[in-house]
Amino acid sequence: MKHPTMTTTALAAAGLCCALASPLAQADTGKLLLTGGVSTIDGAAGGGLTPWAVIGSNATEGEIGGTAHLTRVNTRDYGLTAYGAALGFKDRFELSLARQDFNTGITGTSLGLPGLHLRQNILGAKVKLAGDAVLDSDTLMPQIAAGVEFKSLDSSGLDATLSALGAKKSGTDVYVSATKLFLAQGLLLNGTLRATKANQNGLLGFGATLGGANSSYRLQPELSVAYLLSRKIAIGAEYRAMPNNLEAAGRAAGLGNGLRSQDWKDIFIAWAPTKNVSLTLAYVDLGTIVPATTGSRRQTGTYLSAQLAF
Amino acid sequence: MKKILTAMALALASLFCSGAFAQDMMGQDQLYKTFGEKPGLTRLMDDFMTRLVADERTRPFFEKANQQRIKEQLVDQFCQLGGGPCVYKGADMKSAHGSLDINKAQFNALVEVLQQAMDAQGIPFSAQNQMLAKLAPMNRDVITVR
Repeated sequence: MKHPTMTTTALAAAGLCCALASPLAQADTGKLLLTGGVSTIDGAAGGGLTPWAVIGSNATEGEIGGTAHLTRVNTRDYGLTAYGAALGFKDRFELSLARQDFNTGITGTSLGLPGLHLRQNILGAKVKLAGDAVLDSDTLMPQIAAGVEFKSLDSSGLDATLSALGAKKSGTDVYVSATKLFLAQGLLLNGTLRATKANQNGLLGFGATLGGANSSYRLQPELSVAYLLSRKIAIGAEYRAMPNNLEAAGRAAGLGNGLRSQDWKDIFIAWAPTKNVSLTLAYVDLGTIVPATTGSRRQTGTYLSAQLAF
Repeated sequence: MKKILTAMALALASLFCSGAFAQDMMGQDQLYKTFGEKPGLTRLMDDFMTRLVADERTRPFFEKANQQRIKEQLVDQFCQLGGGPCVYKGADMKSAHGSLDINKAQFNALVEVLQQAMDAQGIPFSAQNQMLAKLAPMNRDVITVR
């Protein structure tokens, strides 16, 4: 493979999968269907765009389990492929690894970098702090978890541009999530608060200092709602607020609001035909992504994700 | 952004309200009636016990137990939880399970088997969830191995 980090990620993912295939993890793991969530594009368990307080995999207390996922997003001007794996330990800790490959499409071409792909690795960890999202149906107490995502962007043709904007190539997100299933109503709510510097989830670097733009951590709320149509099918919506540090830096660079970013949202349907497989289809709206080169088009499109869980 | 948030809030509010109104209008024993009253609950528990013994995850807890007595107690318990005219007279959940080694995976396995049994009786998903919401908190007393 051309990209050493890609090889490393693939090997690590394969390692996680081998761990899954061990007899220990193959023992019948005991979470209820869909209660481990699906895989986010960043690798952590949750919805599609935002992590939840649930611990990924089918493993419940005293068990070890894992997941592997492949996700494809196509918007009007861009494409994103994300894949990765996660391990769940005793329904308490979660370790995840994901790789994202973003096809810059027309924007790369406009910058004189046709075929430019932006790639990043994300190492995630999450710990459940309190509560049980599913079984505590007589209280309002949600399941609460805290997590961290270490994101690292590969070198690319965009390095000089990001450097000029004062954006770093790696960054760390920290988040707290609260998830509650209102069992009698079949309704799940999740709220996540994330501290982040990431521009477009890190694909355009972290922070931006050009022209004195604010480059500090921002607190961003994220909200998910899911309704259970049956044990195997959930529909819902997500909203993920994003920082907009690049806009000011872009203005200082004479691009007007050409680097403005907007919040991400989606509506989704998730289907688990068996305990080990789930498929998620969504319509996403990622707002503007580098509107300077895309006619300020909102990046709407499709999201399709498959997950294997053990 | 505001539009979406407002729509989400409205959808949530309407879901909760519809649930609350439905309960008021349907009366206290609606869940009991949806489960088919005593005859329906008896059919459900007969099938449930057969499935519990057939499933290797739950079999060890039931194959040598007094199945008839457990079924009768489950009928009473579900009848009472559903608002029906019964009183569960069995032991409380803590003393009933204190001598058993039950972990969360086994508790969840029992929930799955119950869901299959409720499906087999044609009990609607929403009614199943209303009953499960009354049963789920019992995990604190039923699960003895954490």
